[in-house]
Formats: sequence, C-alpha cells, structure tokens
Amino acid sequence: MDLITPGLGLVFWTVITFLFLLIILKKFAWKPILGAVSDREEGIKKALASAENARKEMENLHADNERILKEARAERESLLKEARDIKNKMIDDAKGEAQTQANAIIEQAQAAIESEKKAAMAELKNHVAGLSIEIAEKVVRAELSNKDKQIQLVESMLGEAKLN
Amino acid sequence: MTLNTFKNVFFSVLFLAISFVGYATESPENENDKEFNAKEMIMHHVKDAHEFHVVDWNGKPITIALPIILWTDQGLTTFMSSEFHHDDSGSHIVEKDGMRFVKYHEKIYQLDANAQEVAFDAEHHPTNASLPTDLSITRNVFMMWISVIALLLVFISTARVYKKSNNKVPTGIAGFMEPLIVFVRDEIAKPMIGEHKYNKYMPYLLTVFFFIWINNIFGLIPIINGANVSGNIAFTLTLAVFTFIITTISGNKNYWKHIFWMPGVPVPMKIFLMPIEIVGMFVKPISLMIRLFANITAGHIIILALMSLIFIFETIAVAPVSVAFALFIGLIEIVVTAIQAYIFTVLSALYIGMATEEAHH
Repeated sequence: MDLITPGLGLVFWTVITFLFLLIILKKFAWKPILGAVSDREEGIKKALASAENARKEMENLHADNERILKEARAERESLLKEARDIKNKMIDDAKGEAQTQANAIIEQAQAAIESEKKAAMAELKNHVAGLSIEIAEKVVRAELSNKDKQIQLVESMLGEAKLN
Repeated sequence: MTLNTFKNVFFSVLFLAISFVGYATESPENENDKEFNAKEMIMHHVKDAHEFHVVDWNGKPITIALPIILWTDQGLTTFMSSEFHHDDSGSHIVEKDGMRFVKYHEKIYQLDANAQEVAFDAEHHPTNASLPTDLSITRNVFMMWISVIALLLVFISTARVYKKSNNKVPTGIAGFMEPLIVFVRDEIAKPMIGEHKYNKYMPYLLTVFFFIWINNIFGLIPIINGANVSGNIAFTLTLAVFTFIITTISGNKNYWKHIFWMPGVPVPMKIFLMPIEIVGMFVKPISLMIRLFANITAGHIIILALMSLIFIFETIAVAPVSVAFALFIGLIEIVVTAIQAYIFTVLSALYIGMATEEAHH
C-alpha cells in the first residue's frame, strides 16, 4: 500500500524542484535554444527564397541576353545588307561612270583618229599632189622636149578638162 | 555523426550491461546474515528512503546521510538521518527539541509524550506514536536534485553554444541535444497543439520530457539506482497535476462546451455525456500518473526479481540465467526510459491541444 500512496514530502519537493527547473530552463535554455533554432530556420527559408529569386533573375537575364543577341544579329544582318547594297551601288555607279568615261575616251580617241586621219590624208594628198606635180613636171619635161608631144598633151588635158 | 551516435549507444549499452551485473555483487552482502526475503529487498529498492544506501562493505552499510525535516505541532525540527544509525525497526530513539522520533519502515514516527518505547499492534502499526509532516530530503529528492543539476549543466551549456557562435550552427553538445529539442517541437508540440499555439507550451513540454527521461535513466544506473524517482507515485502525481492545471487553465470556450454541453448531439445525450466528460477530465491526468509510475516501477521490480532468483535458489549456477535475462530486460528498459518520457509528453501535449482546439463544426 505504501508503494501507491504518494508521500507528501516528495510531492512538496517535486513541486518546488520542477517549478525551479521550469523557470531556470525556460529563461536560460529553452528560450535561447528555440530562438536560435527558429532564427536559423528563418535564415534558411530566406536563403532559399533569395536563391529562388536569383534563379528567376538569372532566367530573366538570360532571356534578355537572348533578346539582345537576336537584336544584334538582326542589326548585323541589316547592316550587312545595307553594306552589300552600297557596295553594289558603288560598283554600279563606278561601272556607269567608267563606261561613260570610256565612251568619252573612245569618242575622243576616235575624233583624234579621225582628225589624224584627215591630217594624214591631207598630208598624203599634199604629198601625192607634190609627187604628182614632180612626176608631172618630169613627165612634162620629158614630153615637152618634143613639140608634138607638147601639143598632144595640151590637147589631152584640155580634153580631160572638158570632161570635168 | 552517425559513427558518434553509434559509439554513444554502444557505450551506453555496455555501461548498463556492466551495471546490472552490479546488482548481483551488491545484493548478497545486503541480506547475508538473515534469511533472504525477495519482496522486502525489492520494496526497499523501489520505495523512497531517508538515507542513501550505497553498498554494504564487510557487513557494514555505506550510506549517504540525508537531512530529515519534520513539521511537528511544535514547529520545524531537523536532524541528519545518520542519527538513526541505519535503524529501520523503530528501536533506536532520536531525541530532538524535546521530542522523540523513531524510524520504522521508512516512516518517521513521533513518540507520544509519555511513551518510552514504540509499541505495535497486531498489524505492526505503532500504537503510541503519531506521524508528523515529513518534508525530509529523501534519497528520491536527493536524486531529483542531482538530475536537475545534470539538466541545467547540459542545457545551459547547449544554450551557450548558440550564444557563442554567431551563425547559430549547433556544434558539440548542441549537435546532440538539438535534434531532441526539435523532435519535441516538431513531433510532439506542433502536431498535438497546433502550429499557432504550441510555442506557449514548449518550455513545459521540453522540461517535463527531459526531466522524466533523465530520472528514468538515473533509475537504471547502479549504486544510485536505489533512487526510483520517476517510479514513485508522488513524483508522477505531481507532474500529472501540472499537466491537469495547464490543461484546465488553457481550456477555451469550445473545450468547456464539449465537457458540459456536447455540441451536435441530442439533449438526452448531452445530459448523459456530461458526467462522463467530467470524469474524463480527471481520468486523463490519473492515467498519466499511473502509466509512468507503473512502467518504471515494474521495470525495476522485474530486474530485481530476476536477480533475487540467485538468492532464492541459493546457487551461483542461476546467475548466468539471471544476468542474461536482467540484461535483456535492462536493454528494454533503456528503450522504455525514452518511450515513457515521450508518452507522458505526447499525452500532455494532446490534452493541452484538446483544451485549446478551436470549434470546427
């Protein structure tokens, strides 16, 4: 029966001891420990959230990069096209100018040739005329050594002149 | 970490294995001179005592004297338990402040004014002596205080780890204690009481859990295992009353409504349920009290009974069997120390949770 009869003394001391233990541990152990644990959990939660944010930001950044790259590529494309156009145009222009210049040069050359030709012709004519006169003089001289022949010549010449 | 935990468990088991062998060497000298009485020996070990008996050496008991504090009709009287000279039969009379005291079966009696010597009736109850209020520091109180010192050392140094490190990383003792504390919070307080209200009850639950656990463990350590603190009904009664008080104080409107006027049932049923619920209010802490007391005391009794077999059969040949069985029970008891602390805490949290639950009909 003693075994299941609570002793007053032990109840008394247990109450005092337990309350003492509860108060001391609450103040010096449970509060700082639970505080530290929940602080750390808060910290971990925050760190995870910020990591998630950073990941999202990175994704955004990546998308931005992609966009910028695309834009750059398009710009490069257009720049290249423009350059090609300019190049073509320049070539065309150059070609046209060259053509006209060539034409002009050719024309000039032709004109020069023509005039040279004319000059050459004139000179040739003069030369021929001179030569003819010389020849004629010689012939005439030879011819005119004889009276008959002189008359004959005059006559033929006159005949010719008539034809003109 | 796992290796360390394993090492801890291994050495605890080894240590306790040695300690139960300790019973065998301790007990024979105890009862050497007279006929061995297993019941007397076991009850002596399980119950409270006014002096701390460590061991008998060459037929002389080695004890720690503890203060005896008595509240008589003439006020407070104190003296040391050693003044009884280990007498427990009521034959040695101690005179103090004009009063005479005897110790009989671990109870201090105050002799009547004219009585010279204690007289007993047929049932061995003293007839000419009265029981003063006994507030002595018994061996259970003594052990309880040692456990308090141990708890304070462990947990205040745990708290200091967090204070010292600015990144709040648990190192050293905190690495070992934190999982236990987090276990009480996440597996006991949060599911039983609820996410929003558990914080208020955490100090009580943690204190009760570790207080019961350490006293259960101390009850298994030899030499000091004479003190069976958590297997004493006064101890379990006190803790159960604390749970009862907290439950009753924190009971909300919904809780009292469920006791006195159960919602959602017909009126005759309400009237029928009221006395049952009122009884239930008290049965809950009583079950807490009896469960812890019975489990821990039963563990002590089984181990002591197994050891008694050696002296009942009066042969050393039984010793291996006794030791093997006691070792087996001892290993179970190690688990029981934690389980009983857990159950007490979980049920306390459950009752508090029931008292603070909001209506959800």
